[in-house]
Amino acid sequence: MVSAIASEAIRSSRAKSRGAGTESERRPSATLGTNEVVAGIWTVLANVPDPEIPVVSVVDLGIVRDVRPDRVTITPTYTGCPATLVIEQGIRAALNAAGFRDVAIETVLSPPWTTEWISEAGKAKLHAYGVAPPSFAPTATCPQCGSTSTEELSRFGSTPCKAQWRCRDCLEPFDRFKCH
Amino acid sequence: MAELLSDDQVLFETLLRLGDDSLILGQRLGEWCGHAPSVEVDLSLANMGLDLIGQATHFLNAAGAAEGRGRDGDALAFRRDVLDFRNCWLVEQPNGDFAQTMARQFLFSTWQEMLFGHLEGSSDATIAAIAAKAVKEVRYHAELSAEWVIRLGDGTEESRRRMAAGLDWHWRFVPELFEMDAIATAAAGRGIGADAAAFRDDYDARIRAVLAEATLDAPADQRPILGGRRGHHGEHLGHILAVMQYLPRTYPDATW
Repeated sequence: MVSAIASEAIRSSRAKSRGAGTESERRPSATLGTNEVVAGIWTVLANVPDPEIPVVSVVDLGIVRDVRPDRVTITPTYTGCPATLVIEQGIRAALNAAGFRDVAIETVLSPPWTTEWISEAGKAKLHAYGVAPPSFAPTATCPQCGSTSTEELSRFGSTPCKAQWRCRDCLEPFDRFKCH
Repeated sequence: MAELLSDDQVLFETLLRLGDDSLILGQRLGEWCGHAPSVEVDLSLANMGLDLIGQATHFLNAAGAAEGRGRDGDALAFRRDVLDFRNCWLVEQPNGDFAQTMARQFLFSTWQEMLFGHLEGSSDATIAAIAAKAVKEVRYHAELSAEWVIRLGDGTEESRRRMAAGLDWHWRFVPELFEMDAIATAAAGRGIGADAAAFRDDYDARIRAVLAEATLDAPADQRPILGGRRGHHGEHLGHILAVMQYLPRTYPDATW
């Protein structure tokens, strides 16, 4: 279901570029200046959703490390994150749909990804989605009722980047992004 | 002998050892999927397995590149047989019960965390990058498994008996983790690998501290089992490979 959402987003971004007609076939990288190309690529990437948590984009998560006119540099969150390949495919599809076919995607491991790279906007989106954003506070804030009377159920959750928590007030379980 | 080894050979063998440890333990943990005592534990075992498979992918891809014969990580994982695997004996040990699995994880992850801490400074940029990334994940593995050693060791009569038996089973495979043979010595000498002797005391101290908290005695020392790094394995590895390699061997180059 999660990947269905992701592919829906990819489809809709393709549909949008088709709607733009011949505009997108003119290959913006050939007609725009360097700064405009880089800004254009950032805009495309800001609309590529994370396949596991589709409310945040790959830019919100800090996965995109560098953008140049001919190259996008990304880094995986966790070493074995199975979403890594899907993310790369999502970025490729979005870049192609926007006419940036010549832009390469490079994956680097160093420096290692950290949750400190998640943007403030990304943290707010996580909270609204029902995932407690990463923080060094001893307890998480319940994304359902806002209580801080919460406890960890398990260090590992539905994805490598999240732990399972429970609210002692509203009793709802929720995911908390692990500080990493 | 160490002088006769080429840099490429030392790098390739070092990467294989690192990658095979992670691959085989990741596969072992995957066997628990759907069988753990609770859903939370099931998720934690699968997640640790996933981290390890991720490490293996990076190490074995790098090994294939160092070898320069066109093999990638998949080729190394799925198209080698037992004698060509370089993992230590500890990771191929059977899961046994949950306590035995956690005892193995505790002994391995505590070592791997210290090893990767040293490998962050490797002169090989790829090893350094993988170690720096993975050590953050391995820290979780070491913590989680230490918590289970304490909880089961200082638990009921039965959980204590099982954890003691699990540690006893795996104890004889610990010395191999610190074995410095010609390859390991050459790798450490050239700055690629780590000198395991440098953290042996820290390792022993940490293991003993957790065992003390678990109110368990360290098992009696047994005759160490060595040889995994040179392709000498127990009966278990062949069975692991039979399952792990079945699909790519039956349908070579299958894609989906």
